[in-house]
Amino acid sequence: MRKHTRRYVLLAAFTAALCVPASGVSAGRGLPASIGKGEGKLNLIAWEGYTQGQWVKPFQKKTGCIVHAKYAGSSDEMVTLMRQGGGSQYDGVSASGDASLRLIYGRDVQKVNPKLIPSFKDFIPALKAPPHNTIKGVHYGISLQWGPNTLLWNTKKVKPAPKSWSIIYSKKYKGKITIPDNPIQIADAALYLSKKKPSLKIKDPYELTQTQFNATISLLKRQKPLIKKYWALASDEIGLFKSHDAVVGASWPYQTNTLKADKVPVKDKIPREGATGWADTWMMSAHAKHPNCMYKWMQWVSTPKVQAEQAIYFGETPANTKACAIMNKLSKGSAQLYHCGASKKYFNSIKFWKTPIATCANGKNNCMDYTKWQQAWTQLKG
Amino acid sequence: MTESGRPLRAARLRFTGVFWRHRWAKALLLLAPPLLAFVLVYLAALAALFISSFWSVNPFTSEMTHVWNLDNYRQLWQGGAYHTIAYRTIGIAAAVTAADAILAFPLGYFMARIAGGRSRAFVFVAVLLPLWSSYLIRVYIWRLILDNDGVLNWTLRKVGLPAANIGYTNWAVWLIFTYIWLPFMILPVYGALERVPDSLLEASRDLGAGGWMTFRRVMLPLALPGLVAGSIFTFSLTLGDYITPLLAGGTSSQFIGNVVYDNINQGLTPFAAAFAAVPLAVMGAYLLIARRLGAFEAL
Repeated sequence: MRKHTRRYVLLAAFTAALCVPASGVSAGRGLPASIGKGEGKLNLIAWEGYTQGQWVKPFQKKTGCIVHAKYAGSSDEMVTLMRQGGGSQYDGVSASGDASLRLIYGRDVQKVNPKLIPSFKDFIPALKAPPHNTIKGVHYGISLQWGPNTLLWNTKKVKPAPKSWSIIYSKKYKGKITIPDNPIQIADAALYLSKKKPSLKIKDPYELTQTQFNATISLLKRQKPLIKKYWALASDEIGLFKSHDAVVGASWPYQTNTLKADKVPVKDKIPREGATGWADTWMMSAHAKHPNCMYKWMQWVSTPKVQAEQAIYFGETPANTKACAIMNKLSKGSAQLYHCGASKKYFNSIKFWKTPIATCANGKNNCMDYTKWQQAWTQLKG
Repeated sequence: MTESGRPLRAARLRFTGVFWRHRWAKALLLLAPPLLAFVLVYLAALAALFISSFWSVNPFTSEMTHVWNLDNYRQLWQGGAYHTIAYRTIGIAAAVTAADAILAFPLGYFMARIAGGRSRAFVFVAVLLPLWSSYLIRVYIWRLILDNDGVLNWTLRKVGLPAANIGYTNWAVWLIFTYIWLPFMILPVYGALERVPDSLLEASRDLGAGGWMTFRRVMLPLALPGLVAGSIFTFSLTLGDYITPLLAGGTSSQFIGNVVYDNINQGLTPFAAAFAAVPLAVMGAYLLIARRLGAFEAL
């Protein structure tokens, strides 16, 4: 017995040591107090249009961190990519609100120190510590930009100009409608129903009880024969509008910009029922190989000039309030067009993407979680 | 040759003698590297995927729980849409195979029995040339052709016929698949027809059979293995594809591959694995039937 005791003590000590890193939601290390030297490389997962040469090239020159960007088409794709290769393949991701919580609870991203980002103090107050990237005061990323999911239509073929989302649910343009191929679209239908059928008492389009969910799905089922195609990529929707296969649909400002640049007569707006939107956050991987470069990147894209450049290119709204003046300098009227410096009321009218979970706001556990949304979407498409 | 003065040669002869006496050892040594790669990379990955279909996953954190259950298969069986998707995939795969067989046979016959040296080479290159371009380019080109404003509708309108709005429908998916897999059907058919000896056809003629009877009783049965071999390509490639339905399909064009792709993207690997087992089973059955019809005789 005595000769084995030492072995057991060592084993117990080893096991105890293994438990230390597993504690806590994040990597368990303290926050860095300063940014060290750049590692020369940076691997990012980004939405298309988020890493344009216009602001990447000066960054590479200034910091020596060469940027390799992998484009993802959906939040689901971003979550999967971040979890690949033990989580160390990519240093950062521009996650929207319906991916960020999954990444935080999946321990795929680490805490960040906003004090290291000088522009952070100029952010819109609502985006400094929003619930989709800050948990109990702990920041898991730096807000980047936000934007709405708009209603897009061809001004020559759709007359009069639509004011309500009802146009994509009516038979008037049957076979010429397109909406995104994304389960989160259920929230858009729920938002429309919250105004059209108040008796359903939908308060938050991402928290739906079984009854509310069923009503939303049947609305989407009635819409299906009117749809030409569910677009999977932004370029799909651009192609549909160019060939006049679709004349009205749900879209992003990016498509509006691209179509207008190609001389297609389109216009977009946020209809009277309001809209869903996305607020993106740059998050750093829990196993990032180049953390200093990632911090430098987060600093760089938060500066007013880069925020303005990206906002104009993509058609979104900066988190940095100082970017609005620069936007108008780069492109006259763009700050107003993209609601830079918009009122709190406008900001609150956008229902930002977030991952539906079973726990409702009122504490009950009968809301539909995202798996049910995904299954319902597959069943809907059929 | 004495063994005493040349121990090295003796050892070498003993070593090679093993492989001479036991032929299977020689075969094993030759096949070991590719076989190992096949078993480790392909079969092991397939087995890992199949095993995961009996587990569950927490979609919020992507952590797999190694609890054996049949939930995924139950979900497949109960979900009506999954049945529809499976039937659609198999149905379009069969339709593509039939269309390709009908299109490939005349072309293969021309190449094997009618074309002379130069024109045969020319047709060969023409058949293979589309394979040199990217798959995606071919799909996008067909999408442009079948678009609302595409060449097809434009031509029909000019001639005075109504527009055939087949863009973004299952018809488009069927058409594009037929086009893309056609070379894979033409080549085995050509190979089979080329092997039909002229003497058999002459003998058939001598016995009094007309053109059509010769074709039906002599040519077709001999070409059948080639058709079946080609059909393995077209059927299996269509069964597993998801890109063409995604890009060129309509609102009801989901294939098994699309559901697998979506579920992997959403972190629901076990369910994707369960659904992926379906085309595997279908292809297994298909290959057994194909072997019965003699597709592997040429090997």
